[in-house]
Amino acid sequence: MGGAFMIAGGALRGLAALMLVSIAGPSAAAADPPDPPDPLGSVMWEALRDQYFGDAPLRFDDRVKVSAPADAEDTRAVPIAIDASALPDVVEIVAIADLNPFPLVLRYHPHGAAATIATRIKIQQATAVHGAARTADGVWHVSGVLVDAAGGGCSAPPATYAQTDWADHVGEVQARAWPARADGTARLRLRVRHPNDTGLVAGIPAYFIETLSVRAHGAAGPGPELARIDSLEPVSEDPVFSLDLRPPPGSTALTLSGRDNQGGVIAATIPLPAPVPTAAADRSLGQ
Amino acid sequence: MTPRSRLLKSLLLAAGVLAGSLLSGTAGAQGPRIYGLTPKPIAPDTYVFEGSTEHFTRDNGGNILNAAFIVTADGVIVIQTGPSRRYGEEMRAAIRRVTDKPVRKTYISNLHPDYFLGAQAFAPEAPVAALPGTIAGIREEGPGIAENMYRMIGDWMRGTEVVIPDEPVFGSTVVFGDHRLRLIPLHGHTAADLALFDETTGVLFAGGVVFCGRTPTTPHADVADWLKALDAVEALDGVRLLVPNHGHIRPDKACVAQTRDWLTWLDATLRAAVEAGLDMTDALELPIPERFHGLGVLRAEYRRSVAHLWPRIERESLPRVN
Repeated sequence: MGGAFMIAGGALRGLAALMLVSIAGPSAAAADPPDPPDPLGSVMWEALRDQYFGDAPLRFDDRVKVSAPADAEDTRAVPIAIDASALPDVVEIVAIADLNPFPLVLRYHPHGAAATIATRIKIQQATAVHGAARTADGVWHVSGVLVDAAGGGCSAPPATYAQTDWADHVGEVQARAWPARADGTARLRLRVRHPNDTGLVAGIPAYFIETLSVRAHGAAGPGPELARIDSLEPVSEDPVFSLDLRPPPGSTALTLSGRDNQGGVIAATIPLPAPVPTAAADRSLGQ
Repeated sequence: MTPRSRLLKSLLLAAGVLAGSLLSGTAGAQGPRIYGLTPKPIAPDTYVFEGSTEHFTRDNGGNILNAAFIVTADGVIVIQTGPSRRYGEEMRAAIRRVTDKPVRKTYISNLHPDYFLGAQAFAPEAPVAALPGTIAGIREEGPGIAENMYRMIGDWMRGTEVVIPDEPVFGSTVVFGDHRLRLIPLHGHTAADLALFDETTGVLFAGGVVFCGRTPTTPHADVADWLKALDAVEALDGVRLLVPNHGHIRPDKACVAQTRDWLTWLDATLRAAVEAGLDMTDALELPIPERFHGLGVLRAEYRRSVAHLWPRIERESLPRVN
């Protein structure tokens, strides 16, 4: 349904562009060269590019590494990771599952954190999964992978609702921070109990986490925001995120605050382990 | 079925197979799908249809299992029915070429597609028996499993519909003719795994609990329970031949150890990776020790196992913080 609408939108835009060209003449078109085609050949890419990136400059760039299995074993929880740490000054990362009814998965604002995020997502059908990183100069760097899938991940009811006491557990957070590595980044993994429902199943309203913010906490109280995730319908039920943060020296804990689209509040404090000697920390992360 | 109608049916089947082979000569890859099942005798009265050690593909039509039958004085005992109606029908026709005896009972070891989706060919003739947990699993997940098989092997599935086994069985010893069959309820590979031990011949049909030369599959696995099931198989006396559902038939229990080795390594590796802070996408690419490199579908099956096992290990390892 979203797909058909977007294709119609794309066609309209094509028509508008044609009219523009015929009015302004060929020179105007030459001044704004079109993007190269999506290397993955995703049929939705042109429409999504307009919708999510507007007029911003964009290039396909292998320095953005998108990881996901070629075959989705569980379409309700397909692991994806976007690593743009090879790029300087990344200010925002976007994940898009092109053929999902809701293509936009999340927007990540790493602030000083490493430009990398991993999570699990629902996939409705075989699709390209794109990762885009915006550098400080305003350019979007894009890459992606194809994921084959049996389908239905977005329109399946959450398993959560099979448990009679699920509502008592919404917002529970499990999390762990690992000691900082040599480059100063410390891995944070967090899991939030939440149906994260898409609203596609009749009679079940959309109910998902919209934002999660992590701050450092030290002797002087709460510190600056270290990173923020704006997450959307495709993120899996009971979402899990892996982030690589840079807590300032002296931080003793991380505070997580967030909310879902029905105003539910998420709050937790995650203790930070003392830094361990460099070599041991790097080994423990298998790097 | 009367002998005459049986004869008619075999003639029709033979004609169909002949027409099929003639057609396949001209139609090439688009021709009719034929598994070409050949029963291989492995013990007195006992035959196996040996499948490949691959994953389900449109080339192999899902023929990746070792279905079997035993010809007893009381009729034919069928063990597993294959991944599609066509497989079941070819299997039934191949059994008829070995014996005129009717099928007396069909056993299905678990809810995975290659065990039960050929049951249409046997259900009209005799009860289809399975553990209660398998029957419940097929009732709940069967349609979804069948749909996914249509996606994976395509036209081979034509006409296949889910048959829910109609006879629950439990741990017991049953006698057909002079074959004493011990039904052994296990669990761990799935929630209910039926192994059948023919005390008369010493053949153990281990079902999905033992894999041999083929990477074990884990979509419904509980590794700790599975390891206990392997202990139970290891403790069985009198096994002269072990038939795993996937992989090689062997006169020893070497593949019980191989399956245990794989599951132990898999579980320990994923736990260590979670503990070290790796993400699930990193875990998909972890190196696999050389001793496993001979197992079929190694990397793909390992990745599937990460998808099956990782979320639970992760959930159990992360402390509550609010």
